[in-house]
Amino acid sequence: MIWLDTLIQGLMLGGLYALFAAGLSLVFGIMRLVNLAHGDLIVLGAYLILGIGTATGLNPFLAAALALPPMFALGWLLQTALLNRVLGEDILPPLLVTFGLSVVIQNALLMGFSADSRKLPVGPVEAQSLPLGPVNLGVMPLVTFVSAVAVIFGLNQLFYRTALGRAFRATSDDPVTAQLMGIRPDRVFAVATSIALVVATIAALYLGARANFDPATGPARLLYAFEAVIIGGLGSLWGTLAGGLVIGLAQAFGAALNPEWQILAGHLAFVAVLLVRPRGLFPRAND
Amino acid sequence: MSALLQLTALTAHYGDFQALFGVDLTLDAGQTLAIIGANGAGKTTLMRAITGIARVTGGSVVLDGQRLDRMAASDILRAGVAMVPEGRRLFPSLTVEENLRIGAYARQGGGFWTLPRIYDLFPVLRDRRNHPGTALSGGQQQMVAIGRALMSNPRVLLCDELSLGLAPVVIREIYAAFPAIRASGTAIVVVEQDIGQALKVADQVHCMMEGRITLSGAPASLGRAAIHDAYFGVRQA
Repeated sequence: MIWLDTLIQGLMLGGLYALFAAGLSLVFGIMRLVNLAHGDLIVLGAYLILGIGTATGLNPFLAAALALPPMFALGWLLQTALLNRVLGEDILPPLLVTFGLSVVIQNALLMGFSADSRKLPVGPVEAQSLPLGPVNLGVMPLVTFVSAVAVIFGLNQLFYRTALGRAFRATSDDPVTAQLMGIRPDRVFAVATSIALVVATIAALYLGARANFDPATGPARLLYAFEAVIIGGLGSLWGTLAGGLVIGLAQAFGAALNPEWQILAGHLAFVAVLLVRPRGLFPRAND
Repeated sequence: MSALLQLTALTAHYGDFQALFGVDLTLDAGQTLAIIGANGAGKTTLMRAITGIARVTGGSVVLDGQRLDRMAASDILRAGVAMVPEGRRLFPSLTVEENLRIGAYARQGGGFWTLPRIYDLFPVLRDRRNHPGTALSGGQQQMVAIGRALMSNPRVLLCDELSLGLAPVVIREIYAAFPAIRASGTAIVVVEQDIGQALKVADQVHCMMEGRITLSGAPASLGRAAIHDAYFGVRQA
């Protein structure tokens, strides 16, 4: 029975990792930009939710809803003022700039909030669980998992069912020809990063509700997110969900064998998948 | 008749390399104009300069009183100039129908060309609408590229090397769509290496060599020898 419990815990944890990774996957899929500050932007979102909650007295779920518009705006600003200037044939400048951004965000958070770890107070729901046959399922992990599936589903609908989604894919395929269709790649990229930061804010809610966070939490989240994106296949959103689940399951089973093996097991699963499927589980056909 | 598209002393560069040397060109409303010339004559650069993809370094491009040469490519499309690029350049991630729909991305309001009308123009595409655009034959891909450009309901349609790499029977099939496109009120510029095809469809022919227009006139008024000389750069006697 412990294995069934571990399986469920792993799946739920994988949902959280998929949320970390979804924004990263979206941005990479559209503009081939690896945003090394993605984890720090999630942590920034968590502090924003905490700040709004503290200032207004709202619970973190409502505070997160209020945090979505400013994070969308931040994404727009970040892309138009900074990232659009460094995107090009050479992949190194965006890597350096987002690495620098990561350092800037961490230090700004350190100055503003100190190195103390914080947590989002979600209230009694944190301890609630549902009996599911022989095991109990925590409400918060379940909500996290359902949110992850909903976010990935929503992004997929956006990608494959809307004019904006067609513009995303066309710009990703061929930005020059996309301009001949009246598409402005810089604006398409700005919308994409804005949406990625909205997803990052949702991830931030569940990150802060599940565990403590501090200004230095970001890079480790980035690593899990990056592994999830690579396992799933670059540019595939459902693949990213699958990648998150693989890491979550590996960590849960690793921890069940020996608590010290949790993190290592996730990384080993990453390496194992790449050994068998170097392009990930669901690579895009035309990459 | 006033000029719809007017190019005056247009020059363009790729870095330090000058590709166009003071090109003057006039396209009237409803007219079909052909630009012929050998490889490297500057035909494609001219198309790319008009659509804002290549950098214009001098002169002007004016569409119905509006300067295009300082505009971004996406705004030039909005102003009413669409291009069928050389090599078709369909979007591989998009199906045939999505490729057509993306042509209407910037369109505001109605216009003659709609998805059903594109399918009437090229019926074979209707059956292939859900295939990836790049899974089609070369000729069918060219039809998608033309349909995609028409979906913006352009005032001027630029077609760059439509016949490149296609069998003669397929080329005829594609050019058979031209009367319908002209009837919709769209003026057309075709760039062609296939001189015979260009002379058949055009009201006016311009021959380019080394970034300059070396010969212009109505197809009937131009002798075969003059075209041959202008095309290959042989000095006329």
